[in-house]
Amino acid sequence: MDETVAEFIKRTILKIPMTKMMTVLKAWDFLSENQLQTVNFRKRKESLAQDLVLLCEENGVSLNDAALLDIIYTQFHRHQRVWDLFQMAKEPGEDIDLSDMEQFKSSFKKILQRALKNVTVTFRDTEENAVWIRIAWGTQYRKPNQYKPAYVMYYSQTPYAFISFSQLRSNTPLLCQALTIASKHHQIVKMDLRSRYLDSLKAIVFKQYNQNFETHNSATHLQERRLGLDINMDSRIIHENRIEKDRVHRVTQEIFGDYSQPRLEFAQYKLETKFKSDLNGGILAEREEPLRCLVKFSSPHLLEALKSLASAGIADAPLSPLLTCIPSKGMNYFKIKDK
Amino acid sequence: MSVLRPQDQLPGLNAATILLVGTDDALLQQLADAMLKEDCASTLKVHLAQSLPLPSNVNRPRIDLIVFVVNLHSKYSLQNVEESLHHVDATFFLGKVGFLATGAGQDNHCSIHRNTVLRLAHTYRSPLFFCDLEVEGFRATMAQRLVRMLQICAGHVPGVSALNLLSLMRSSENPFLEDV
Repeated sequence: MDETVAEFIKRTILKIPMTKMMTVLKAWDFLSENQLQTVNFRKRKESLAQDLVLLCEENGVSLNDAALLDIIYTQFHRHQRVWDLFQMAKEPGEDIDLSDMEQFKSSFKKILQRALKNVTVTFRDTEENAVWIRIAWGTQYRKPNQYKPAYVMYYSQTPYAFISFSQLRSNTPLLCQALTIASKHHQIVKMDLRSRYLDSLKAIVFKQYNQNFETHNSATHLQERRLGLDINMDSRIIHENRIEKDRVHRVTQEIFGDYSQPRLEFAQYKLETKFKSDLNGGILAEREEPLRCLVKFSSPHLLEALKSLASAGIADAPLSPLLTCIPSKGMNYFKIKDK
Repeated sequence: MSVLRPQDQLPGLNAATILLVGTDDALLQQLADAMLKEDCASTLKVHLAQSLPLPSNVNRPRIDLIVFVVNLHSKYSLQNVEESLHHVDATFFLGKVGFLATGAGQDNHCSIHRNTVLRLAHTYRSPLFFCDLEVEGFRATMAQRLVRMLQICAGHVPGVSALNLLSLMRSSENPFLEDV
């Protein structure tokens, strides 16, 4: 067996945390139950990895199997990569082509192999009509680098693809082109949405985040909540601004809803507007060119943080629509120009 | 009434009421809980407000002590306190007002300088406390101090009045600000 494949498998196994080791190996389904039982999982990781590699050699593992293991590892650790949203479009007037998934896969692979002699393309289907594609890039003269792959998650009945680029950025146009042609689309556009949390991106794009299962209307719900709060609160504490608090709570609910928000880490606003000032004169006022300024909001969970701003007393309610439109517009990169 | 006056109402029997004014609702709530945990001979009541003036159509007991809470991380909270101060009658500042600045422990999040609040407290001739309300231990200690101060302001401690307490606390103030 090729030494590079053995090394690749060993390095992938070493990346897997011990708590997930069994789950990942079972999902890979390359080593049989019996073989897994012969392995001592309490050993140190180095020697455990070597044992597993020996078993793989017995089974005659190929580069494709190794790439599949890498895909499964990445599926379990998708938040370790940053995902960009791409949207494809057909020619206006073209009919929706119910393209075959197998046809897409072979077409995609052929396009890449024709352009670069050395490239490893691996597919893994998931439920919901989606496919994970792993691409390891080489050149005309060099074998593919298995340690810097790019990943694509493509939903076949939709024009959407989530791409996590490898560090070898020069292959980006080729990847986009291959994806577009293989899926029988005409063009591909990078949307202004990016995050580590692939599931949240999915929820935003397919509008699945507002699963609100409340059956009674929001007014009675607020009443019930308030009664619940009162019972826990000391009657010696009196909130003077109760009406305002309720208003803020109601406005926040209206805008953000009752459900948990999809997870994003940042929102970035690029301003190209002229500086407006109430004060007359001043260094920045009266300039023809727009002021260039970048504002970036970051948080471990940006939308939940925005949701709690008004009730924490840090901002007025309702919040600026520039902040609240993020899930509905499906963007977290904005360019703001003067009208 | 849009302006709070200290002697507008008759005091309740054995009642002591404190008004906490600040934008950080969660912190005020926690401070209120901590104060009510204290053992106290008087009947305590804590009123929490985002800002002044208070809604006028409400029956409320006489307020014995007002504490303005400024979060050093938020310019908005300082602005809110500065605007609320206009709605307090001058006679309140004879020992019945205090300032509390929270968040000094996290220096890199502070957007208000210490001197700003020092100057504010000095302008209004009232004591200023620095206390990180997010830390439970500090909060409990602050709550104890406030309860003692409240009892004095409500007149429940014989021989000590709010004005006495104010002059006692003044002597430990930063001397360099006296000239400002």
